Amino acid sequence: MPEMLRVIVNGKPVLVQAGTTVIAALGEGAWVTRRSVRGTERGPLCGMGICQECRVCIDGVMHRLACQTACHEGMHIETVKATP
Amino acid sequence: MMLRADVLVVGAGPAGLAAALAASEAGGSVIVIDDNPISGGQIWRSGLSQQHDVRARRLHEKLSLAANVRILQGARIIGMLDAHLLQIETSDSTSSIYFDRLILATGARERLLPFPGWTLPGVTGAGGLQALVKGGYPIAGKRVVVAGSGPLLLATAASLRSRGAKIVLIAEQTSMRRVMRFASALRHWPGKLIQAMQLRVQSLPSRYLPSSFVLEARGKDCLQQVSLRTSKGLKLVDCDFLACGYGLLPNLELARMLGCQTVGEAVSVDRFQRSSITHIFCAGEITGIAGVDSALIQGRIAGLAATERLTDAEVLFNERDRWHSFASLLAQAFSLRPELARLCREDTIVCRCEDVCYGELMQYDNWRGAKLQTRCGMGACQGRICGTATQHLFGWTTESSRPPLSPARIESLIATKAASSLAD
Repeated sequence: MPEMLRVIVNGKPVLVQAGTTVIAALGEGAWVTRRSVRGTERGPLCGMGICQECRVCIDGVMHRLACQTACHEGMHIETVKATP
Repeated sequence: MMLRADVLVVGAGPAGLAAALAASEAGGSVIVIDDNPISGGQIWRSGLSQQHDVRARRLHEKLSLAANVRILQGARIIGMLDAHLLQIETSDSTSSIYFDRLILATGARERLLPFPGWTLPGVTGAGGLQALVKGGYPIAGKRVVVAGSGPLLLATAASLRSRGAKIVLIAEQTSMRRVMRFASALRHWPGKLIQAMQLRVQSLPSRYLPSSFVLEARGKDCLQQVSLRTSKGLKLVDCDFLACGYGLLPNLELARMLGCQTVGEAVSVDRFQRSSITHIFCAGEITGIAGVDSALIQGRIAGLAATERLTDAEVLFNERDRWHSFASLLAQAFSLRPELARLCREDTIVCRCEDVCYGELMQYDNWRGAKLQTRCGMGACQGRICGTATQHLFGWTTESSRPPLSPARIESLIATKAASSLAD
Protein backbone atom coordinates (compact mmCIF):
# COMPACT_ATOMS: atom_id res chain seq x y z
CA MET A 1 0.00 0.00 0.00
CA PRO A 2 1.36 3.44 -0.86
CA GLU A 3 1.82 5.84 2.01
CA MET A 4 -1.20 8.13 2.45
CA LEU A 5 -1.30 11.75 3.62
CA ARG A 6 -4.18 13.69 5.08
CA VAL A 7 -4.72 17.20 3.76
CA ILE A 8 -7.56 19.64 4.38
CA VAL A 9 -9.37 20.95 1.29
CA ASN A 10 -11.82 23.77 1.98
CA GLY A 11 -12.16 22.56 5.57
CA LYS A 12 -12.72 18.89 4.74
CA PRO A 13 -10.13 16.15 5.23
CA VAL A 14 -8.98 14.35 2.06
CA LEU A 15 -6.62 11.39 1.81
CA VAL A 16 -4.00 11.51 -0.95
CA GLN A 17 -1.02 9.37 -1.87
CA ALA A 18 2.36 10.65 -0.72
CA GLY A 19 4.26 12.29 -3.58
CA THR A 20 1.20 13.64 -5.37
CA THR A 21 0.57 17.30 -6.11
CA VAL A 22 -2.18 19.51 -4.69
CA ILE A 23 -4.16 18.76 -7.88
CA ALA A 24 -4.64 15.20 -6.60
CA ALA A 25 -6.37 16.50 -3.51
CA LEU A 26 -8.89 18.41 -5.62
CA GLY A 27 -9.99 15.17 -7.26
CA GLU A 28 -12.98 14.53 -5.06
CA GLY A 29 -14.45 17.98 -5.52
CA ALA A 30 -15.04 20.04 -8.64
CA TRP A 31 -12.25 20.83 -11.06
CA VAL A 32 -12.22 24.45 -9.92
CA THR A 33 -9.34 26.41 -8.39
CA ARG A 34 -9.84 30.15 -8.75
CA ARG A 35 -12.25 32.85 -9.90
CA SER A 36 -11.30 35.05 -12.85
CA VAL A 37 -11.33 38.86 -12.76
CA ARG A 38 -14.84 38.83 -14.28
CA GLY A 39 -16.01 36.31 -11.73
CA THR A 40 -16.17 33.03 -13.64
CA GLU A 41 -14.75 29.84 -12.21
CA ARG A 42 -11.54 28.41 -13.62
CA GLY A 43 -9.65 25.17 -13.32
CA PRO A 44 -6.16 23.95 -14.18
CA LEU A 45 -5.16 24.24 -17.85
CA CYS A 46 -1.48 23.67 -18.66
CA GLY A 47 -0.48 21.31 -15.85
CA MET A 48 3.09 22.59 -15.88
CA GLY A 49 3.36 25.91 -14.07
CA ILE A 50 2.83 28.20 -17.05
CA CYS A 51 -0.80 29.34 -17.17
CA GLN A 52 -1.35 30.20 -13.47
CA GLU A 53 -5.00 29.02 -13.64
CA CYS A 54 -4.49 26.53 -10.80
CA ARG A 55 -3.68 29.18 -8.19
CA VAL A 56 -5.00 28.22 -4.75
CA CYS A 57 -4.30 29.22 -1.18
CA ILE A 58 -1.94 26.77 0.55
CA ASP A 59 -1.24 26.98 4.28
CA GLY A 60 -2.41 30.58 4.26
CA VAL A 61 -0.22 31.65 1.32
CA MET A 62 -2.24 32.91 -1.64
CA HIS A 63 -1.51 32.23 -5.32
CA ARG A 64 0.40 28.97 -4.99
CA LEU A 65 0.31 26.68 -8.01
CA ALA A 66 -1.61 23.46 -7.31
CA CYS A 67 0.10 21.70 -10.23
CA GLN A 68 3.63 22.27 -8.94
CA THR A 69 3.19 21.92 -5.20
CA ALA A 70 3.56 18.54 -3.52
CA CYS A 71 1.09 17.64 -0.74
CA HIS A 72 2.35 17.29 2.80
CA GLU A 73 0.64 15.92 5.90
CA GLY A 74 -1.80 18.40 7.39
CA MET A 75 -1.60 20.85 4.47
CA HIS A 76 -4.46 23.35 4.29
CA ILE A 77 -5.71 23.99 0.76
CA GLU A 78 -8.36 26.54 -0.09
CA THR A 79 -9.85 26.92 -3.55
CA VAL A 80 -12.38 29.52 -4.64
CA LYS A 81 -15.06 27.05 -3.53
CA ALA A 82 -14.14 27.86 0.08
CA THR A 83 -15.56 31.39 -0.27
CA PRO A 84 -18.79 31.19 -2.29
CA MET B 1 21.51 33.95 0.98
CA MET B 2 23.91 33.66 -1.95
CA LEU B 3 24.88 30.36 -3.57
CA ARG B 4 27.82 29.89 -5.92
CA ALA B 5 28.32 27.49 -8.79
CA ASP B 6 30.87 27.07 -11.54
CA VAL B 7 28.01 25.93 -13.72
CA LEU B 8 24.37 26.77 -13.11
CA VAL B 9 21.81 24.73 -15.05
CA VAL B 10 18.21 25.91 -15.33
CA GLY B 11 15.79 23.02 -15.85
CA ALA B 12 15.96 19.43 -14.63
CA GLY B 13 14.52 17.72 -17.69
CA PRO B 14 16.58 15.46 -19.96
CA ALA B 15 18.67 18.32 -21.45
CA GLY B 16 19.40 19.99 -18.10
CA LEU B 17 20.29 16.75 -16.33
CA ALA B 18 22.53 15.56 -19.17
CA ALA B 19 24.23 18.98 -19.11
CA ALA B 20 24.67 18.86 -15.33
CA LEU B 21 26.19 15.39 -15.44
CA ALA B 22 28.60 16.31 -18.24
CA ALA B 23 29.61 19.53 -16.48
CA SER B 24 30.11 17.76 -13.15
CA GLU B 25 32.68 15.41 -14.69
CA ALA B 26 35.06 18.39 -14.94
CA GLY B 27 35.06 18.56 -11.13
CA GLY B 28 33.64 22.03 -10.52
CA SER B 29 30.48 22.80 -8.61
CA VAL B 30 27.16 22.43 -10.43
CA ILE B 31 23.75 23.67 -9.32
CA VAL B 32 20.56 22.69 -11.12
CA ILE B 33 17.41 24.65 -10.42
CA ASP B 34 13.94 23.49 -11.45
CA ASP B 35 10.43 24.71 -10.71
CA ASN B 36 8.78 21.31 -10.29
CA PRO B 37 8.73 19.32 -7.04
CA ILE B 38 10.83 16.51 -8.60
CA SER B 39 13.40 16.18 -11.40
CA GLY B 40 12.63 14.79 -14.85
CA GLY B 41 10.98 17.65 -16.68
CA GLN B 42 7.72 17.07 -18.51
CA ILE B 43 8.68 13.85 -20.26
CA TRP B 44 10.07 12.05 -17.20
CA ARG B 45 7.50 13.52 -14.92
CA SER B 46 6.80 11.02 -12.20
CA GLY B 47 10.43 10.85 -11.07
CA LEU B 48 13.60 9.59 -12.75
CA SER B 49 13.80 6.27 -10.93
CA GLN B 50 10.22 5.43 -12.02
CA GLN B 51 10.88 5.68 -15.77
CA HIS B 52 10.93 2.88 -18.33
CA ASP B 53 13.58 4.83 -20.22
CA VAL B 54 16.88 3.45 -18.94
CA ARG B 55 18.57 6.79 -19.73
CA ALA B 56 16.49 8.46 -17.01
CA ARG B 57 17.45 5.84 -14.44
CA ARG B 58 21.12 6.04 -15.42
CA LEU B 59 21.14 9.83 -15.10
CA HIS B 60 19.48 9.48 -11.72
CA GLU B 61 22.09 7.00 -10.48
CA LYS B 62 25.07 8.99 -11.73
CA LEU B 63 23.78 12.34 -10.51
CA SER B 64 23.00 11.02 -7.05
CA LEU B 65 26.63 9.83 -6.80
CA ALA B 66 28.06 13.17 -8.01
CA ALA B 67 28.95 15.03 -4.81
CA ASN B 68 29.54 18.28 -6.68
CA VAL B 69 25.99 18.48 -8.09
CA ARG B 70 23.21 20.08 -6.13
CA ILE B 71 19.64 20.04 -7.46
CA LEU B 72 17.20 22.63 -6.13
CA GLN B 73 13.59 21.67 -6.84
CA GLY B 74 10.62 23.98 -6.43
CA ALA B 75 12.73 27.01 -7.30
CA ARG B 76 12.06 29.52 -10.03
CA ILE B 77 14.05 32.39 -11.44
CA ILE B 78 12.63 35.82 -10.76
CA GLY B 79 15.22 38.10 -12.30
CA MET B 80 18.79 38.86 -13.20
CA LEU B 81 20.84 40.92 -10.73
CA ASP B 82 23.87 41.09 -13.02
CA ALA B 83 25.31 39.08 -15.90
CA HIS B 84 26.49 36.32 -13.51
CA LEU B 85 23.90 36.58 -10.77
CA LEU B 86 20.33 35.33 -10.88
CA GLN B 87 17.69 35.70 -8.23
CA ILE B 88 15.56 32.68 -7.37
CA GLU B 89 12.48 32.13 -5.24
CA THR B 90 11.17 29.01 -3.53
CA SER B 91 7.89 28.60 -1.69
CA ASP B 92 9.37 30.17 1.44
CA SER B 93 12.64 31.89 0.58
CA THR B 94 14.50 34.15 -1.79
CA SER B 95 18.14 33.70 -2.71
CA SER B 96 20.63 34.47 -5.42
CA ILE B 97 23.04 32.27 -7.32
CA TYR B 98 26.38 33.48 -8.60
CA PHE B 99 27.68 31.45 -11.53
CA ASP B 100 30.54 31.38 -13.96
CA ARG B 101 28.71 29.56 -16.79
CA LEU B 102 24.99 29.20 -17.31
CA ILE B 103 23.19 26.44 -19.19
CA LEU B 104 19.54 27.05 -20.06
CA ALA B 105 17.39 23.97 -20.53
CA THR B 106 13.98 25.47 -19.86
CA GLY B 107 12.15 23.04 -22.14
CA ALA B 108 8.83 23.53 -23.85
CA ARG B 109 5.20 24.09 -23.12
CA GLU B 110 2.07 23.32 -25.08
CA ARG B 111 0.64 25.62 -27.68
CA LEU B 112 -2.82 26.33 -26.26
CA LEU B 113 -5.17 28.12 -28.64
CA PRO B 114 -8.44 29.86 -27.78
CA PHE B 115 -11.87 28.74 -28.96
CA PRO B 116 -15.32 29.45 -27.52
CA GLY B 117 -15.62 27.80 -24.11
CA TRP B 118 -11.92 27.08 -23.57
CA THR B 119 -12.02 28.78 -20.18
CA LEU B 120 -14.55 26.27 -18.77
CA PRO B 121 -13.15 24.13 -15.94
CA GLY B 122 -12.48 20.71 -17.50
CA VAL B 123 -10.79 22.09 -20.61
CA THR B 124 -7.02 21.51 -20.35
CA GLY B 125 -3.97 21.07 -22.52
CA ALA B 126 -3.38 17.58 -23.95
CA GLY B 127 0.01 17.09 -22.34
CA GLY B 128 -1.50 19.32 -19.64
CA LEU B 129 -4.08 16.74 -18.59
CA GLN B 130 -1.47 14.01 -18.79
CA ALA B 131 0.76 16.05 -16.45
CA LEU B 132 -2.09 16.75 -14.02
CA VAL B 133 -3.00 13.06 -13.92
CA LYS B 134 0.63 12.05 -13.39
CA GLY B 135 0.59 14.56 -10.52
CA GLY B 136 -2.11 12.39 -8.93
CA TYR B 137 -5.45 13.63 -10.23
CA PRO B 138 -7.79 10.60 -10.32
CA ILE B 139 -9.05 10.27 -13.90
CA ALA B 140 -10.56 6.76 -13.67
CA GLY B 141 -14.02 6.58 -15.18
CA LYS B 142 -13.90 10.10 -16.63
CA ARG B 143 -14.83 10.65 -20.31
CA VAL B 144 -12.05 12.47 -22.13
CA VAL B 145 -11.88 14.02 -25.60
CA VAL B 146 -8.25 14.39 -26.71
CA ALA B 147 -7.72 17.01 -29.41
CA GLY B 148 -5.19 19.26 -31.07
CA SER B 149 -2.18 18.09 -33.03
CA GLY B 150 0.99 16.03 -32.90
CA PRO B 151 2.23 12.68 -31.60
CA LEU B 152 1.63 13.88 -28.05
CA LEU B 153 -2.12 13.29 -28.52
CA LEU B 154 -1.56 9.55 -28.88
CA ALA B 155 0.80 9.43 -25.94
CA THR B 156 -1.68 11.37 -23.82
CA ALA B 157 -4.58 9.12 -24.80
CA ALA B 158 -2.58 5.98 -24.03
CA SER B 159 -1.44 7.31 -20.69
CA LEU B 160 -4.92 8.46 -19.62
CA ARG B 161 -6.48 5.16 -20.72
CA SER B 162 -3.92 3.21 -18.69
CA ARG B 163 -5.18 5.13 -15.65
CA GLY B 164 -8.79 4.22 -16.29
CA ALA B 165 -10.03 7.19 -18.33
CA LYS B 166 -12.53 6.56 -21.12
CA ILE B 167 -11.13 8.13 -24.30
CA VAL B 168 -14.20 9.25 -26.27
CA LEU B 169 -12.19 10.23 -29.35
CA ILE B 170 -8.92 11.74 -30.51
CA ALA B 171 -9.27 14.70 -32.90
CA GLU B 172 -6.10 15.44 -34.91
CA GLN B 173 -6.27 18.58 -37.02
CA THR B 174 -3.80 17.38 -39.62
CA SER B 175 -4.79 14.99 -42.42
CA MET B 176 -4.39 11.18 -42.40
CA ARG B 177 -2.09 11.48 -45.41
CA ARG B 178 0.32 13.67 -43.41
CA VAL B 179 0.10 11.48 -40.32
CA MET B 180 0.98 8.38 -42.35
CA ARG B 181 3.82 10.15 -44.15
CA PHE B 182 5.19 11.18 -40.74
CA ALA B 183 4.88 7.62 -39.43
CA SER B 184 6.70 6.06 -42.36
CA ALA B 185 9.54 8.63 -42.13
CA LEU B 186 10.13 7.73 -38.48
CA ARG B 187 12.14 4.64 -39.47
CA HIS B 188 15.06 6.94 -40.31
CA TRP B 189 15.68 7.71 -36.66
CA PRO B 190 16.98 5.35 -34.02
CA GLY B 191 15.74 5.14 -30.47
CA LYS B 192 13.13 3.33 -28.47
CA LEU B 193 10.90 6.33 -28.04
CA ILE B 194 10.71 6.86 -31.78
CA GLN B 195 9.86 3.18 -32.28
CA ALA B 196 7.10 3.47 -29.73
CA MET B 197 5.81 6.56 -31.49
CA GLN B 198 5.82 4.72 -34.81
CA LEU B 199 3.94 1.76 -33.37
CA ARG B 200 1.37 4.09 -31.90
CA VAL B 201 0.85 6.01 -35.13
CA GLN B 202 0.64 2.84 -37.21
CA SER B 203 -1.92 1.14 -35.02
CA LEU B 204 -4.23 4.09 -34.62
CA PRO B 205 -7.31 3.45 -32.51
CA SER B 206 -10.65 3.53 -34.29
CA ARG B 207 -11.59 6.68 -32.41
CA TYR B 208 -8.70 8.60 -34.00
CA LEU B 209 -10.19 11.27 -36.29
CA PRO B 210 -7.75 13.06 -38.59
CA SER B 211 -8.68 16.38 -40.23
CA SER B 212 -10.80 17.11 -37.14
CA PHE B 213 -10.68 19.94 -34.65
CA VAL B 214 -12.63 21.38 -31.73
CA LEU B 215 -14.98 24.25 -32.55
CA GLU B 216 -16.43 24.89 -29.13
CA ALA B 217 -16.54 23.63 -25.54
CA ARG B 218 -19.93 23.88 -23.86
CA GLY B 219 -21.23 23.61 -20.32
CA LYS B 220 -22.88 25.66 -17.61
CA ASP B 221 -20.24 25.98 -14.90
CA CYS B 222 -17.91 23.31 -16.22
CA LEU B 223 -17.34 21.35 -19.40
CA GLN B 224 -20.19 19.08 -20.52
CA GLN B 225 -20.01 18.85 -24.30
CA VAL B 226 -17.61 19.48 -27.16
CA SER B 227 -18.47 20.31 -30.75
CA LEU B 228 -16.00 19.30 -33.43
CA ARG B 229 -15.54 19.73 -37.15
CA THR B 230 -14.66 16.34 -38.63
CA SER B 231 -14.20 15.15 -42.20
CA LYS B 232 -17.77 13.83 -41.98
CA GLY B 233 -19.26 17.09 -40.70
CA LEU B 234 -20.19 18.53 -37.35
CA LYS B 235 -19.99 16.21 -34.33
CA LEU B 236 -21.25 16.77 -30.78
CA VAL B 237 -19.90 14.65 -27.94
CA ASP B 238 -20.52 14.62 -24.19
CA CYS B 239 -17.44 14.45 -21.98
CA ASP B 240 -15.94 15.41 -18.60
CA PHE B 241 -12.58 16.61 -19.93
CA LEU B 242 -11.28 18.10 -23.14
CA ALA B 243 -7.51 17.74 -23.40
CA CYS B 244 -6.55 20.02 -26.27
CA GLY B 245 -3.04 21.07 -27.29
CA TYR B 246 -1.53 22.12 -30.61
CA GLY B 247 2.03 20.90 -30.33
CA LEU B 248 4.91 22.31 -28.31
CA LEU B 249 6.59 25.70 -28.02
CA PRO B 250 9.98 26.48 -26.47
CA ASN B 251 10.00 28.36 -23.14
CA LEU B 252 12.07 31.34 -24.29
CA GLU B 253 11.27 33.92 -21.59
CA LEU B 254 14.42 33.43 -19.53
CA ALA B 255 16.74 33.30 -22.57
CA ARG B 256 15.13 36.51 -23.88
CA MET B 257 15.36 38.27 -20.52
CA LEU B 258 19.07 37.45 -20.40
CA GLY B 259 19.51 38.88 -23.89
CA CYS B 260 20.18 35.66 -25.84
CA GLN B 261 19.38 36.06 -29.52
CA THR B 262 16.39 34.11 -30.82
CA VAL B 263 15.31 33.26 -34.33
CA GLY B 264 11.63 32.55 -34.78
CA GLU B 265 10.65 30.20 -31.98
CA ALA B 266 14.12 29.09 -30.87
CA VAL B 267 17.30 30.38 -29.23
CA SER B 268 20.19 30.70 -31.67
CA VAL B 269 23.17 28.58 -30.68
CA ASP B 270 26.48 27.70 -32.30
CA ARG B 271 27.80 24.15 -32.73
CA PHE B 272 28.82 24.05 -29.06
CA GLN B 273 25.31 25.05 -27.94
CA ARG B 274 26.65 28.49 -27.05
CA SER B 275 24.13 31.35 -27.29
CA SER B 276 24.89 34.87 -28.53
CA ILE B 277 26.06 35.59 -24.96
CA THR B 278 29.39 33.82 -24.50
CA HIS B 279 28.88 32.46 -20.99
CA ILE B 280 25.35 31.18 -21.65
CA PHE B 281 24.69 27.81 -23.32
CA CYS B 282 21.29 26.45 -24.35
CA ALA B 283 20.15 22.85 -24.81
CA GLY B 284 17.02 20.89 -25.56
CA GLU B 285 13.65 22.13 -26.76
CA ILE B 286 14.53 25.84 -26.43
CA THR B 287 16.81 25.46 -29.45
CA GLY B 288 13.87 24.03 -31.44
CA ILE B 289 11.35 21.25 -30.70
CA ALA B 290 13.08 17.93 -31.44
CA GLY B 291 12.28 15.59 -28.54
CA VAL B 292 14.11 13.78 -25.78
CA ASP B 293 16.88 12.13 -27.82
CA SER B 294 18.00 15.44 -29.21
CA ALA B 295 17.69 17.08 -25.78
CA LEU B 296 19.98 14.51 -24.14
CA ILE B 297 22.75 14.90 -26.69
CA GLN B 298 22.50 18.69 -26.79
CA GLY B 299 22.61 18.76 -23.00
CA ARG B 300 25.76 16.67 -22.94
CA ILE B 301 27.43 18.91 -25.54
CA ALA B 302 26.48 22.03 -23.57
CA GLY B 303 27.85 20.55 -20.33
CA LEU B 304 31.14 19.62 -21.98
CA ALA B 305 31.51 22.93 -23.80
CA ALA B 306 30.65 24.96 -20.69
CA THR B 307 33.57 23.26 -18.93
CA GLU B 308 36.00 23.82 -21.82
CA ARG B 309 36.12 20.21 -23.08
CA LEU B 310 35.52 21.14 -26.68
CA THR B 311 37.15 18.10 -28.28
CA ASP B 312 34.90 15.76 -26.29
CA ALA B 313 31.92 17.82 -27.38
CA GLU B 314 32.88 17.76 -31.07
CA VAL B 315 32.71 13.97 -31.14
CA LEU B 316 28.97 14.23 -30.51
CA PHE B 317 28.12 16.71 -33.28
CA ASN B 318 27.13 14.12 -35.90
CA GLU B 319 24.83 12.30 -33.55
CA ARG B 320 23.13 15.55 -32.60
CA ASP B 321 22.75 16.84 -36.14
CA ARG B 322 20.80 13.74 -37.19
CA TRP B 323 17.92 15.08 -35.10
CA HIS B 324 17.69 18.40 -36.97
CA SER B 325 15.72 16.86 -39.80
CA PHE B 326 13.45 15.10 -37.31
CA ALA B 327 12.53 18.51 -35.94
CA SER B 328 11.52 19.81 -39.36
CA LEU B 329 9.61 16.62 -40.19
CA LEU B 330 7.61 17.06 -37.00
CA ALA B 331 6.91 20.72 -37.72
CA GLN B 332 5.79 20.02 -41.30
CA ALA B 333 3.56 17.05 -40.58
CA PHE B 334 1.63 18.85 -37.90
CA SER B 335 1.58 22.42 -39.20
CA LEU B 336 -1.66 24.12 -38.21
CA ARG B 337 -4.63 24.61 -40.53
CA PRO B 338 -5.79 28.23 -41.05
CA GLU B 339 -9.32 27.56 -39.68
CA LEU B 340 -7.84 27.35 -36.18
CA ALA B 341 -7.23 31.11 -36.25
CA ARG B 342 -10.92 31.77 -36.92
CA LEU B 343 -12.66 29.94 -34.09
CA CYS B 344 -13.04 32.83 -31.62
CA ARG B 345 -16.22 34.85 -31.33
CA GLU B 346 -16.21 38.47 -30.15
CA ASP B 347 -16.94 37.38 -26.57
CA THR B 348 -14.35 34.58 -26.50
CA ILE B 349 -11.75 35.29 -23.82
CA VAL B 350 -8.23 35.33 -25.24
CA CYS B 351 -6.25 36.64 -22.24
CA ARG B 352 -7.34 34.34 -19.42
CA CYS B 353 -5.59 36.24 -16.63
CA GLU B 354 -7.21 39.62 -17.38
CA ASP B 355 -10.35 38.30 -19.15
CA VAL B 356 -9.75 40.22 -22.37
CA CYS B 357 -12.02 39.12 -25.23
CA TYR B 358 -11.30 38.61 -28.91
CA GLY B 359 -13.61 41.50 -29.84
CA GLU B 360 -11.59 43.97 -27.75
CA LEU B 361 -8.30 42.82 -29.24
CA MET B 362 -9.53 43.05 -32.85
CA GLN B 363 -9.30 46.84 -32.62
CA TYR B 364 -5.50 46.82 -32.28
CA ASP B 365 -2.81 46.06 -34.78
CA ASN B 366 0.01 45.06 -32.45
CA TRP B 367 0.74 43.41 -29.11
CA ARG B 368 2.05 46.52 -27.43
CA GLY B 369 -0.99 48.64 -28.24
CA ALA B 370 -3.39 45.92 -27.16
CA LYS B 371 -1.42 45.35 -23.97
CA LEU B 372 -1.38 49.01 -22.95
CA GLN B 373 -5.06 49.56 -23.68
CA THR B 374 -6.68 46.28 -22.63
CA ARG B 375 -4.23 44.73 -20.10
CA CYS B 376 -3.94 41.70 -22.38
CA GLY B 377 -0.77 39.86 -21.31
CA MET B 378 -0.34 41.82 -18.08
CA GLY B 379 -1.71 39.20 -15.70
CA ALA B 380 -0.12 36.41 -13.73
CA CYS B 381 1.09 34.34 -16.69
CA GLN B 382 2.75 37.42 -18.20
CA GLY B 383 1.49 36.73 -21.70
CA ARG B 384 2.72 33.14 -21.86
CA ILE B 385 -0.71 31.86 -22.90
CA CYS B 386 -2.28 34.88 -24.64
CA GLY B 387 1.01 35.89 -26.30
CA THR B 388 0.99 32.54 -28.10
CA ALA B 389 -2.71 32.95 -28.85
CA THR B 390 -2.43 36.46 -30.29
CA GLN B 391 0.57 35.44 -32.34
CA HIS B 392 -1.57 32.72 -33.87
CA LEU B 393 -4.73 34.85 -34.22
CA PHE B 394 -3.23 38.17 -35.33
CA GLY B 395 0.43 37.46 -36.11
CA TRP B 396 1.60 39.69 -33.24
CA THR B 397 5.05 39.18 -31.82
CA THR B 398 5.80 39.52 -28.12
CA GLU B 399 9.54 39.21 -28.11
CA SER B 400 10.64 41.07 -25.02
CA SER B 401 10.56 39.64 -21.52
CA ARG B 402 11.29 41.48 -18.32
CA PRO B 403 11.69 40.65 -14.66
CA PRO B 404 9.98 39.51 -12.56
CA LEU B 405 9.83 36.50 -14.82
CA SER B 406 7.04 34.89 -12.80
CA PRO B 407 4.81 36.15 -9.99
CA ALA B 408 7.12 36.97 -7.07
CA ARG B 409 6.64 37.87 -3.42
CA ILE B 410 7.19 41.44 -2.27
CA GLU B 411 10.20 40.30 -0.19
CA SER B 412 11.88 39.00 -3.37
CA LEU B 413 11.25 42.26 -5.19
CA ILE B 414 12.70 44.24 -2.27
CA ALA B 415 15.76 41.95 -2.31
CA THR B 416 16.15 42.57 -6.05
CA LYS B 417 16.03 46.31 -5.48
CA ALA B 418 18.56 46.15 -2.63
CA ALA B 419 20.95 43.97 -4.62
CA SER B 420 20.75 46.12 -7.72
CA SER B 421 21.42 49.33 -5.77
CA LEU B 422 24.45 47.60 -4.20
CA ALA B 423 25.63 46.72 -7.68
CA ASP B 424 25.30 50.39 -8.70
